[in-house]
Amino acid sequence: MTTVSLGHDPRPATDEPPPAPPAGGARRRRRRPHDEPPRWQVLLPLGLYLLFTLIPFYWMLLFALREPGSDSLVPWPVTGQHFEKVWTERGFDTYFVNSVRVGVATMLMTMLVALSGGYALARFRFRLRMPFMLALLCSQFIPGALMLVPLFEVFRELRLLNSLWSVILAETVFQLPLSMILISGFIRNVPASLEEAAWVDGCSRLRGFLAIVLPLLRPGLVAVGSFAFVHSWNHFLFALMFLNSNDKQTIPVGLNTLIGSDSVDLGALAAGGVVAAVPVVIVFAFIQRWLITGFSAGAVKG
Amino acid sequence: MAIAHQERPARPKRPRRRAGSTSRCLPYLLIAPAGLLMLGFIAYPMLSVLYYSLRDHNATKPWRNGFAGLDNFREILTDDPFFWDTLAFSARWVFVEVGLQLVFGLVLALLINQTFVGRGLARALVFSPWAVSGVLTSTIWLLLYNPSTGLSRYLADAGIGEYGTSVLADTGTVFWGAVVAELWRGVPFFAILILADLQSVSKDLYEAAGVDGAGRLRRFWHITLPHLRDAIVLSTLLRAVWEFNNVDLLYTLTGGGPAGRTTTLPLYVAQTGIDGNEFGYAAALTTVAFVILLFCSILYLRLSKFGGDDR
Repeated sequence: MTTVSLGHDPRPATDEPPPAPPAGGARRRRRRPHDEPPRWQVLLPLGLYLLFTLIPFYWMLLFALREPGSDSLVPWPVTGQHFEKVWTERGFDTYFVNSVRVGVATMLMTMLVALSGGYALARFRFRLRMPFMLALLCSQFIPGALMLVPLFEVFRELRLLNSLWSVILAETVFQLPLSMILISGFIRNVPASLEEAAWVDGCSRLRGFLAIVLPLLRPGLVAVGSFAFVHSWNHFLFALMFLNSNDKQTIPVGLNTLIGSDSVDLGALAAGGVVAAVPVVIVFAFIQRWLITGFSAGAVKG
Repeated sequence: MAIAHQERPARPKRPRRRAGSTSRCLPYLLIAPAGLLMLGFIAYPMLSVLYYSLRDHNATKPWRNGFAGLDNFREILTDDPFFWDTLAFSARWVFVEVGLQLVFGLVLALLINQTFVGRGLARALVFSPWAVSGVLTSTIWLLLYNPSTGLSRYLADAGIGEYGTSVLADTGTVFWGAVVAELWRGVPFFAILILADLQSVSKDLYEAAGVDGAGRLRRFWHITLPHLRDAIVLSTLLRAVWEFNNVDLLYTLTGGGPAGRTTTLPLYVAQTGIDGNEFGYAAALTTVAFVILLFCSILYLRLSKFGGDDR
């Protein structure tokens, strides 16, 4: 039995060489600089685009940090009063905690449910497989905004209105189809023979999965999980509709209130924006490398 | 088969049926959580939308509620000029946004795929607006577009443009004002997806083409672009649907104004259903929007021959 699983080993061994050519190619290319575009043709447009990306962020920081009434283009002297105001007076301390709760719960639920469903789609051929895939794809075309009214009715019947669970469930459901398709792509990339070898060695399907497949799925799971977190952190309409008391609101709704108030306090608005941006930007900085490998493994080939 | 042997060593006579029954039940158990969630929170609400679309339903005028047949649909198609306006605006919005995002995203991915010092940092910075929400994008661009404290004022100080330019209040500029704001957030999505796919282009192909004397442009046209085709088709489709349905940005940036100039179809639905309380009519609009979206998507996948080579 073990010889059968070992029989697959030579193949990974022959797969080993490919990583070498790129290195050789890079070396060769360094010897032929004319093969690459000239430096300025890369750096100039990239620099311009970087300005387009960063000026808006800078503008927000500028308004959040400089003193009220100042019109200097440098936030100096720095003041924290806008943050203090937004955090304590405008309720962003509560909104922040709510947003974290919604984001983390959505992330965990999406990952668990998508993992289980994605495994079924990747490893089994069953009668409802194609209909289910079709339903997943079709659900991508349903406008979330257009589901607000009927979902509102559903949550009222379930007595979940004004509970964070309504938003968590709605976010999870709309996050699921794409996450499941992505994850099943990642799982398909893990050779089934690895798992089968574990069963032969006496592992149950679950243990085989946990020990062999799950560690290899890490980049994909990070991509899907962070996707779910960022989306639910950012999403606005569900929270606006389903949560009506002020102590249940999330950050995007708080921002919208600041935008909509009669005399817009630009400093407070900018500070609120910074509070909304910081967590996702941090998450993003950590995951962006994995996001790209994750996508190249799952989305495109899957 | 191998599992069956492991689980039932005592009964080697019926391994096949055992294997059959476990692997017949297991996939259904595994998709059950997802399936139930989607039945409860997507399928059921969808059906109720269909039901309401055939009714007059207004929570503030309950005496008028009742079965309406296809009246709502007839009114939408023949008697509601604002529906056609919003549909036309939606089409223009999706077309311009997705087109520009794709072009910029592709160029950005090609640039950032080159090797240079500080590439990791540049990549993180350039991609960062991806993580920003529609409301936050609105917040930031409202600060930038503000006529008295925004960028235009400082540009006017420097002699460029006029004081008091309000991009979002002018019917001539509001469209492009919103387009630029959404572009700022949307380009990284394409850049990330395309970069992911770029990294799987075989270097050997380029080398071979280089040996044959193909220039950079020709190699891009004949190697890179065909390789990226499926990724481009899929990402443009996902993005088009997403941009069509996206309400957050326009709702908070322009509120559909000025004078209804930036009202997309979903925004119109939200206004009809939520602000106007016309659930029945909004449900019919939803149904029409869904059918249009599905039809366009199928047409797009057909025309682009998605996955045509290998499937």
